[in-house]
Amino acid sequence: MDWLSKNLPYLMAGISVGGQYALIAIGYTMVYGILRLINFAHGDIFMVAGLVMVYASTVMPVYLAIPLVLVVTVVIGFVVERVAYKPLRSAPRMSVMISAIGVSYLLQNLALYVTGGLAQQYPAIPWISDTITVFGVTTKRVTVITPPLVIVLVAALVMLIQKTKIGMAMRAASKDFETSQLMGIRINSVISMTFIIGSFLAAVGSLLFFSNYTGVTPTVGAMPGLKAFVAAVFGGIGSIPGAVIGAFIIGISENIIKGLGWTTFSDAFTFALLIVVLIFKPTGLFGEAANDKV
Amino acid sequence: MKKQTEAFVSVALIAALLIVLFVLERVIPSTSMLFTVLKKGAIYALVAVSMNLLNGFTGLFSLGQAGFMLVGAYTYGVLTIPVDQRANVYMYYDGGLIQFALHPILAIVIAGIIAGIFAYLIGLPVLRLKSDYLAIATLGFAEIIRAVFQWDKLGPLTNGSNLLRNYPSYKSVLFYFAASGVCIALIVLLINSTYGRAFKAIRDDEVAAEAMGINLAHHKRIAFVVSSFFAGVSGALLAMYQTSIQASMFKSAMTYEILLIVVIGGIGSITGSCISSFLFIILSEWLLRFLDSELVIGGFKVPLLRSGFRKVVFSIIIMIIVLFFRQGIMGTKEFSVRGIYNRITGKGRKAQKGGAADE
Repeated sequence: MDWLSKNLPYLMAGISVGGQYALIAIGYTMVYGILRLINFAHGDIFMVAGLVMVYASTVMPVYLAIPLVLVVTVVIGFVVERVAYKPLRSAPRMSVMISAIGVSYLLQNLALYVTGGLAQQYPAIPWISDTITVFGVTTKRVTVITPPLVIVLVAALVMLIQKTKIGMAMRAASKDFETSQLMGIRINSVISMTFIIGSFLAAVGSLLFFSNYTGVTPTVGAMPGLKAFVAAVFGGIGSIPGAVIGAFIIGISENIIKGLGWTTFSDAFTFALLIVVLIFKPTGLFGEAANDKV
Repeated sequence: MKKQTEAFVSVALIAALLIVLFVLERVIPSTSMLFTVLKKGAIYALVAVSMNLLNGFTGLFSLGQAGFMLVGAYTYGVLTIPVDQRANVYMYYDGGLIQFALHPILAIVIAGIIAGIFAYLIGLPVLRLKSDYLAIATLGFAEIIRAVFQWDKLGPLTNGSNLLRNYPSYKSVLFYFAASGVCIALIVLLINSTYGRAFKAIRDDEVAAEAMGINLAHHKRIAFVVSSFFAGVSGALLAMYQTSIQASMFKSAMTYEILLIVVIGGIGSITGSCISSFLFIILSEWLLRFLDSELVIGGFKVPLLRSGFRKVVFSIIIMIIVLFFRQGIMGTKEFSVRGIYNRITGKGRKAQKGGAADE
């Protein structure tokens, strides 16, 4: 019991962070599933969502600011895809990835310009940011809310993909991009929809993430972004349940490592995990094996 | 044009460049912005070429350059801080572990070698990965290196997250040009050797290259280690140029900048990388600097201009290049004396039309 009460805070923080990574990871895994592109800008979209919340909450009440954040983030995700990725649809994959890195660089510099390089205080969202006590552990309510919220959102997303027409189109596009085009699927709207869903979830993730971490800086999105990507690879890229499970595992192990006093290596662990997974099971937990055609 | 004349003209041009620099240093005060950008440009040219060796010539999409630069910079700093300064620099770690100082040039070479050793070890697992997975794994390793170098327990060696400073450095811009020029020349020699041809074969088609008897693992490892060696050397030069270093400088944004330089210059063009690194540095550090300060023309305050605007404009320019001029400045061509000669005299047009690059 003593052990539990000592480690429970880390475990809870891990589950909570894991849920937030999961929301970001879904954006990576869906985009990669369809476009075979590591969307390097995704972590920065997550950061921009945080900044929008900071500025929106200074001029309007929170219950208006939250929907605004969601809308603005979705619009940014949509615009990024249309401007930076769509013109390169037939270009080599490397060009698209470079474009993604360019967008990431642009968003970070834009954030630097707007904030003046100072960390911005994230507003306290009433109810979500309240302090509560669970099993003798004092924490913010967001820690407890995150896991069920993630599960609800993922369930909704899986329903969308399995049951609706656009979901079917997404599955077809991720199976075979060109054939699905020939079958009459409007590939551009499918891709836009993917980015919209991904950005929406990243915005929700940012609301939860920053409620715990209070400060928004221009480079704050890079690390969670990379970790979420690792989670997506770990779970098998293209698989949504895989990304969610991977994210929880990474979030929990990271916080356990922090709890053991190895904070320096909590980031390093994630990448070590990535390399181990890629070497021993490159398709991840739930991924499908891809065969290279010669 | 004969091959001999071409070589002669090239050497003469390089000599002329060095003489011009030598004279400029005597004429213009050394604090001038010109020398700052020239030094930094030379350093970035080296690291961009080293990245081009991997990304452009071997087709390995690696994003670990900043990590290897960090290794090089730290090796240089740690090995060259004079013994009597160590107590001061390593004030939190009782003067540090190492109690000797090497000659700067020797330290630069060792910096490259240590970076190469790191690359060899990292390459063992990482080089099995393909395209974008390789990119993420190398990016991850660069982050791990950064975290480890800031680790408190390694403090006696790396000074933890504190600055390394007070090490010797060369002030003359000639040194940076010479060092970086020699390294780039070595890379060019490598690319023109049989190894270089094997690299290009791997880039164009791994399966075909393997079928032709090229040992993929061996050649990829060589490209990775050599590229990291020169990244380490450029890290050491950067440390020298900056007079103090800290691990937190070498973020992934640095790798992105180098990658963008390579892209702007043309992936697969050495001279392109050199030209674009000077352009990149001159634009970002010097010519666009006016965007960062407020400007009032006749009582009218120009909007948007304030600190940070330069980088925004700059990244927009980069996006335009990435989207609309995917070939970069040089594409895969090289800038050469022969190329110019042919351009002027109109010779070799036919050969160019046939698809041959003007080498």
